[in-house]
Amino acid sequence: MAEIRLEAIKKNYGRTEVIHGIDAEISDGEFIVIVGPSGCGKSTLLRMVAGLETITSGDIRIGDRIVNDLEPRERDIAMVFQNYALYPHMSVFDNMAYGLKIAKVPKAEIDSRVQEAARMLELEPYLDRKPRQLSGGQRQRVAMGRAIVRKPAVFLFDEPLSNLDAKLRVQMRLEIKALQRKLGVTAMYVTHDQVEAMTLADRMIVMNAGVAEQVGAPLDVYANPASLFVAGFIGSPPMNVLSHEIRPGREELDPGAVIGIRPEHIDLVAPGAGLIDFDVAFCEPLGAETLVHGVTAAGDKLVVRIDGADTLPADGVPMGLAIDQAHILAFDASGRRSEV
Amino acid sequence: MEKRVVFNNRWLPYLLVAPQLLVTFVFFFWPAGQAIYQSAFIPDPFGLKTQFVGLGNFEYLFGNRYYLESFSTTAIFSVLVTVSSMSFALWLAVLADRVIKGSSAYRTLLIWPYAVAPAIAGVLWLFMFNPFTGIIAWMLFQVGYVWNHNLDGGQAMALVVAASAWKQISYNFLFFLAGLQAIPKSVIEAAAIDGASFWRRFWTIIFPLLSPTTFFLLVVNVIYAFFDTFGVIHTITQGGPQQSTTILVYKVFADGFVGQDLGSSAAQSVVLLVLVGILTVVQFRFIERRVHY
Repeated sequence: MAEIRLEAIKKNYGRTEVIHGIDAEISDGEFIVIVGPSGCGKSTLLRMVAGLETITSGDIRIGDRIVNDLEPRERDIAMVFQNYALYPHMSVFDNMAYGLKIAKVPKAEIDSRVQEAARMLELEPYLDRKPRQLSGGQRQRVAMGRAIVRKPAVFLFDEPLSNLDAKLRVQMRLEIKALQRKLGVTAMYVTHDQVEAMTLADRMIVMNAGVAEQVGAPLDVYANPASLFVAGFIGSPPMNVLSHEIRPGREELDPGAVIGIRPEHIDLVAPGAGLIDFDVAFCEPLGAETLVHGVTAAGDKLVVRIDGADTLPADGVPMGLAIDQAHILAFDASGRRSEV
Repeated sequence: MEKRVVFNNRWLPYLLVAPQLLVTFVFFFWPAGQAIYQSAFIPDPFGLKTQFVGLGNFEYLFGNRYYLESFSTTAIFSVLVTVSSMSFALWLAVLADRVIKGSSAYRTLLIWPYAVAPAIAGVLWLFMFNPFTGIIAWMLFQVGYVWNHNLDGGQAMALVVAASAWKQISYNFLFFLAGLQAIPKSVIEAAAIDGASFWRRFWTIIFPLLSPTTFFLLVVNVIYAFFDTFGVIHTITQGGPQQSTTILVYKVFADGFVGQDLGSSAAQSVVLLVLVGILTVVQFRFIERRVHY
């Protein structure tokens, strides 16, 4: 059990700075998700916490120690890799017992710890098998088991679900969350999937191009994105962005400034009855909901989320958009949130 | 999914494999057959007529002290060459795997010795260790060690082993390096996080995962030590002193082409053929089982 503090972490490869100073405090037992598009530095950040990458400047604290110069094995962490990184020549049991054997844990205790983890992860029937004889989901569990038997202070997950198929991913997501809750271990989890981030995180760090754009609880980040990037990255479909002011009685936006509105905060009404009109281009019925795509008179593309039971508007017809003005967010020309 | 090529012309497939079959026949089956045939005869001293002796050549061989000694010489020689060239190559590969800057230049340099013909390699080492003019022999003399591989069988063995192993190191190095680079980095990182030190990771993760490469190289190196080292031995020691470096394949040459005893030489070839066959089967049957593919 430990808290993690990142203080002004920077990383350079040669002369290129890829991580530009990240600060974060992760409290004991918290599940924190680092989310961002590929190449934003999220995996690098995690690997720096693990000790697999050096940090160029700043401090990483785990518990009350500064771990900057400690070897991975001295940091009291466990990591689950994207490709699981199981030892292919060892049985499931040996894979999980490897770290304990090195730590010279007594044999009886190794046995009981591995058995306990196997029971928790439903791996008991597979303990004698080699990793190649397991399915993707089972391998994932072995990787988890290898992490939990060591009872580390911190779990690190590097996109652990991205090699699984969609259905298994949803299931494993729930299991990881339940397991972390049960063990109460601080967890850092890297993903590019904003759904994983929303569902798993106590708090999330949204990263973009080596910068932490926003740190906060998932629903806070969703409702109050600090920047246009966060508004577009978190939420599917992303927030609609309009280049013209639509709220009555307001001045036109500054050049480059935009306003944003989530698809679920718009209702379709008769033409002329809403704040603005748009022409329906096409609909995507998803069952529980339908996404209606269209273009406003000013040329902005826009998506409206309506109830799946509603009748679909025909392609090409004009519709009015009723928008709850309280949910309209404004962003200045630099993409930061502005308070109007 | 098996991919099958279908030929419309029924002769074309035979035509296409013919060159390979021809080469195998002319350079393997035919000489091997000749060796088996000739091993049952002894020629007269002038090669004018031959006499059928059945298994007489073999009987004579296995009662011959020099031939039996040649067996143990070959065993010592092959084990030394294989172990030293493979372990040294592995050590170099592990180091090279960690090099990032200038790694391609480093690798290219390490591969060069493989381009040297065995006879040339022999001469190179001979120059360095020549008891009268060799620079290393001179250096050894300066520190009070007398080097003369023409007189000392142990020194002669050491020299041919060194020259043979040196030539094979680059080949082994290449395969070991490729094998090391094929090991997923994250597996090694996982072991590092699990607390394993570098040596622990090497012996428990890297070495076992490298075993297919090691096994392949073991087979190749034993065969190399048995046959391809002829040139090295011929240039450095000619099997001497006192037969101390006469390995089986050198004895085939020495008895057959120097001693002109073609029947015995043929019989020795047959013994070698059987021996290598057995060795290969043993390697595949017993060692391959412990290999993790």
